[in-house]
Amino acid sequence: MKRSLVLVATAVLLAGCGGGGGAQAPQDGSGAPAKVTLEWWHLSTADPIKSLWAQRAKEFEAAHPNVTIKATVLENEAYKAKLTTITQSGKAPDVFASWGGGVLRQQVDAGLVKDISGDVADVLPTFTPAALSAYQLDGKTYGLPTDIGLVGFWYNKKLFGKAGITEPPATWSAFLEDVGKLKAAGVTPIALAGKEKWPGHYYWAYLALRIAGLDALKQAAVDHDFTKPDFVAAGQQVKALADLQPFQRGFLGAAYSTPDGQSATVSNGKAAMELMGQWAPSVQTDSGKGLGDDLGFFPFPAVEGGKGSIGDAFGGGGGLAVGTDAPKEAVEFVKFMTEMGNHSKAVASGGVLPVLKGEEGAVTDPNLKQVATLLAGAGGYQLYLDQAYPPAVGQQVNDSVAELIAGTKTPEEVGRDITEVAKSEAG
Amino acid sequence: MTTLAKGPEALRLPAPAPAPRRRGRWVSIALFLLPALVLFLMLVVAPMLVALYASVFRWNGFGGLPTDFIGADNFTRLFRSEIFAQDMGHLLVLVALSVCVQLPFSLAVAMLLNQRMRGRALYRVLFFAPYVLSEVITGVLFSLILAPESGLANRLLAVVGLESEWLADPGTVMPSIFLVMTWKYFGFHMMIYLAGRQNIPNELIEAAQIDGATGWRTFRHVTLPLLGPTIRISVFLSVIYTIQLFDLVWILTGGGPSHSSETMAVTMMDWGFKRSQVGYASAISVVMFALSLVFALVYQRFVMRRDLEGAMTSQGGRS
Repeated sequence: MKRSLVLVATAVLLAGCGGGGGAQAPQDGSGAPAKVTLEWWHLSTADPIKSLWAQRAKEFEAAHPNVTIKATVLENEAYKAKLTTITQSGKAPDVFASWGGGVLRQQVDAGLVKDISGDVADVLPTFTPAALSAYQLDGKTYGLPTDIGLVGFWYNKKLFGKAGITEPPATWSAFLEDVGKLKAAGVTPIALAGKEKWPGHYYWAYLALRIAGLDALKQAAVDHDFTKPDFVAAGQQVKALADLQPFQRGFLGAAYSTPDGQSATVSNGKAAMELMGQWAPSVQTDSGKGLGDDLGFFPFPAVEGGKGSIGDAFGGGGGLAVGTDAPKEAVEFVKFMTEMGNHSKAVASGGVLPVLKGEEGAVTDPNLKQVATLLAGAGGYQLYLDQAYPPAVGQQVNDSVAELIAGTKTPEEVGRDITEVAKSEAG
Repeated sequence: MTTLAKGPEALRLPAPAPAPRRRGRWVSIALFLLPALVLFLMLVVAPMLVALYASVFRWNGFGGLPTDFIGADNFTRLFRSEIFAQDMGHLLVLVALSVCVQLPFSLAVAMLLNQRMRGRALYRVLFFAPYVLSEVITGVLFSLILAPESGLANRLLAVVGLESEWLADPGTVMPSIFLVMTWKYFGFHMMIYLAGRQNIPNELIEAAQIDGATGWRTFRHVTLPLLGPTIRISVFLSVIYTIQLFDLVWILTGGGPSHSSETMAVTMMDWGFKRSQVGYASAISVVMFALSLVFALVYQRFVMRRDLEGAMTSQGGRS
C-alpha cells in the first residue's frame, strides 16, 4: 500500500519542491566559458542513427571543449514514461526528443520548454514548413525537427508474390481481399504489437483520416466528440479487419522492437506486412534478419466513399526541444544537429527523412524515396493522435483501439470512451 | 525463558533511575529516533498526505500544487469505472488463488522438506531462490519463457501439443500471472511454514503417534492447529502483496491484453504517468491505501487477535 502510494506521491512531492533547479552558471564574464554538461534524452535505439548521433555529440564536444554531453537513450515506451515522470517533477532535460503536438504543448504550458524563436530565427527558413509545424505553437518555436515522415504499409514482396498479389492494394476493400489471399496462402498477413498500444492506433487513425477526413480529426480536438458516425465507421472497419484474424499468433502480448515483436516478425519473414512509420526499415534490420530488397512500401489505401483524400498523410517525425533552464549551448547543439552538413548524413544513412529544403537528394533508399515523395506531395498532414491530443486523450485512443482489436469493445463504445476522457480533460 | 512469561514487567528496570539521568535518557532516545522519524515523515507520511490532498483536485501533475478543486469527483468517477471494477475482480481472483492454491502448495512442500531426506538443504535453497530475484528480472525471464512463438514453454509443450498463448490471451493471462507469482513466492511461504513447523515440539507429534494417529491425522489434528499463527500471518502477507501487485504485471503484460490482467497499481501508473491525470491517479492510490489499511485492521482485530495476545505466553511452552 505504502509503496504504490509513494510512487505517485513522491512525484507529487518532487513537483512541489522542484521547479527552480538545474540552471547552469552563466559565463563568468572573462576568460574561458564555464564548463557545462548537456543532458540529452532521445529514443533512437537502432542504428544507423544511434551511432551517427553519438558521433555528432562527440564532434560537438570537440568543437566546444567546455561542453560535456550526457546522452540518455531509451526505447519508445520507456522514453515516454520517463520523460513524463521527470517533467511532472518540474524539470526537463536540457535537450530532449519530442514529437511536438499536444504533449509538447502541455510541457510548454508548464513552463518547462524554452521558447527558442529568437535563437533559431536565422535558420528557420531552411526547414520545410511541414517538418517545422509540429514544433511551432501560437507562432513561437519550441524545437527543431530532425525527422519527418509518414506511416504506411511496409510489406514483404516475396510473401505477397506467394499469395498471388501482383500490385499493392490501392483501396481498403482490395486491402481486405489481399489479407484474405495471404491467409489462404498460409501466410500471416500482418504483424502487430498488441502489448504496446500505439502501433494499433495507426489503423483507427488512418481509417478516421480517410473516412471522416482531416478536418474532422482537427475538429474533434476542439469539440471532444468522437461519437460522430464517421468515427464509428472507422471503428467498424478496424473491426472488419480484426475479424479476419490477420495478425500473428499471440499478437496481443507482442511488443514492437523485442526479438519476438512486431518488427522482428516482419523482418524474419513470418508476417507479410506492418503498418509503421519511416523508421520501420532500420528497426527491422536491428530486430531481425532484415528483408533487403524484398521490402516494399505502399501508402495506406483509400476508403471508398470516404471524405478524406488519398493524398492526406498521417505520421510524424522527431525533433529536439530545449528545457527552460538549459544552458545556451543546448540551443547551439540543436542547431548543430540540424544543419545541412550534419543532418544530410543522417538522411543519407536511411535513418531519417529530409527536414531541410533541398535535402531530398540525399535520400538513397528507394522505399524511403517513395515516402519522401508522398510526403512532399501530401495535401494535409495529421500528427500521431497520441501526440497530437493531450496525453490522457491520446492514451485513451490507443487503449480503446486496442480493446476494439481484441474484440472486447464495439466501435460505438470506443467512440463513447474516448469522448468521455476528452471531455474530462477539457473540464 | 520463564522470565518472558511475566511479560511487560520484565522490561522494567530494576530500580527507577534518578531524575536528571532520566532526562538525559530521553534526550538520547530523541536523538536516536530523530533521523528515522524525519525520514519516515518525509518519505512516508508527507507523500501520503500530498496524495490525499491531490486526490480531490483535477490536476495534470505539472507545476506547484493543484488548484482546480473538484471534491469527490475523482472518486465517483473511479467507482463508476469499468476498469476499476475489473481491477477489483482480478484482486479477488488472485487472493482466492493465493489462499486456496499457492499457500496449501507451499505448506505441502514445507511438510515434505521437513522429513529426513537426501539433499534436503539443497531443495530448500533451490525453492527459496526465486524469492531473492527482483520482480523485474522475474518478469523479463517469464516474458521470454512464455513468448508465444519462440518461448521455452511452448517449445516444450509443442511436443505434447499443449501450447498456449499464455500472456497474450485474455483467457489465460490471469492464470499465467498467478503461475509466475507462485513460482516466485511459494519458496518464501514454504520457509515461513518450515520455521513454524520446527517450533512445534516433537514430543507432541510423538505423543500423537503413540496414541495411534496416522500421518494424516497427526498433520490434521496436531501440526495444522499448531501452525495456525504462522498460516494466519502468511495469508496476511499474501493478501497485502496482492493488493499492491504491480512490478510483475507491469513487466509481463502492462495490464493487457485490453485490461484483462490490470491491477489497481497498474491503473494508477497508467493514469498518473502516461496520461498525466495525477489527481485521478492519487484517488486510486488513496483507495488502495484505504483497502490495505481496512484489511490490515480488520484482520488483526478478528483473525490474528489470539495470536497477538498469546505471543507472550505460548513461548513458555517450549523448554
